[in-house]
Amino acid sequence: MASLRTTSRLIASSRPLFRPASLARSYATVESGAQEPAPKVKKFQVYRWNPDTPSEKPKMQTYELDLNKTGPMMLDALIRIKNEIDPTLTFRRSCREGICGSCAMNIDGVNTLACLCRIPTDTTKESRIYPLPHTYVVKDLVPDLTQFYKQYKSIKPYLQRETKSEDGLEYRQSPADRKKLDGLYECILCACCSTSCPSYWWNSEEYLGPAILLQSYRWLADSRDEKTAERKHALDNSMSVYRCHTILNCTRTCPKGLNPARAIAEIKKMMAAH
Amino acid sequence: MARLSGLQREVLSLYRKCLREIRKKPVESRGNFRSYARKEFDKHLSVSKKDFNAIEYLLRKGTRQLEMYSSPGIRNIR
Repeated sequence: MASLRTTSRLIASSRPLFRPASLARSYATVESGAQEPAPKVKKFQVYRWNPDTPSEKPKMQTYELDLNKTGPMMLDALIRIKNEIDPTLTFRRSCREGICGSCAMNIDGVNTLACLCRIPTDTTKESRIYPLPHTYVVKDLVPDLTQFYKQYKSIKPYLQRETKSEDGLEYRQSPADRKKLDGLYECILCACCSTSCPSYWWNSEEYLGPAILLQSYRWLADSRDEKTAERKHALDNSMSVYRCHTILNCTRTCPKGLNPARAIAEIKKMMAAH
Repeated sequence: MARLSGLQREVLSLYRKCLREIRKKPVESRGNFRSYARKEFDKHLSVSKKDFNAIEYLLRKGTRQLEMYSSPGIRNIR
């Protein structure tokens, strides 16, 4: 009896779901309707460069899309260009919701994630899409982040600890200590901030750059980490940290709304006290 | 011989690095490696010597390839 009741309720609750289904069907055939809105055609200028023909210069290619048929974000536009207009266009993407950091690129002069950047609705202006500035380009919009990852590896981004916790279970932390990591752990290493930093442009070999320094501070600030002194010592030279001149491009561009400049300032404070 | 530019010397030094790495490979496969390295360089013979961007890109690509192929796990190439 009980099972019967649940099934009947299921049917009752699913009935309102059926009604919009018929609506959806008419929506799918919308192209036959006369009330189709006027097309909003926007131009997208995209940086193109093919490594197979290295002696050809990089160029900007223009694509036109009807915004009525495109999703709201830049990534939707790029995916549509790749699917429908030009399958040779190359870019990185994965999660389409700003959590993987793959689709970092320079859109209308600002480093950001294509999946978090709305397409400006002004159709008179064209949007210009470049790869991240001052990176070696692998192809089209794909930058070579080898150096960035190498630097990330160099700061040892993992918990370093000799002593075991007293009860042999996890390493515990007070809520206050955990709070210190807010605004640090959210970083997805998209490299938007580092590649927007002029200081990093000129000294990317030695200066770590905002993203890596934010991560560096994330481990310095962690109450469970026991190698704080070693970490500080590794940063104690003129290049690693002190090439930051508080330009604040990093904070301004961060697509996740984090503040790498503050983290660097905190590192500098820690180094001064030490 | 005319004095070489910095870029030309870098290309030559990359080729020499390749030859040195090949000497660490097993004797019987060295010929294969040598012809492969040679072929990779020959592929881009047509690049103009004034096309610095292209040459620099190819140098970076070559260095990356060399790093990969010099791993001791790679014992032969076809």
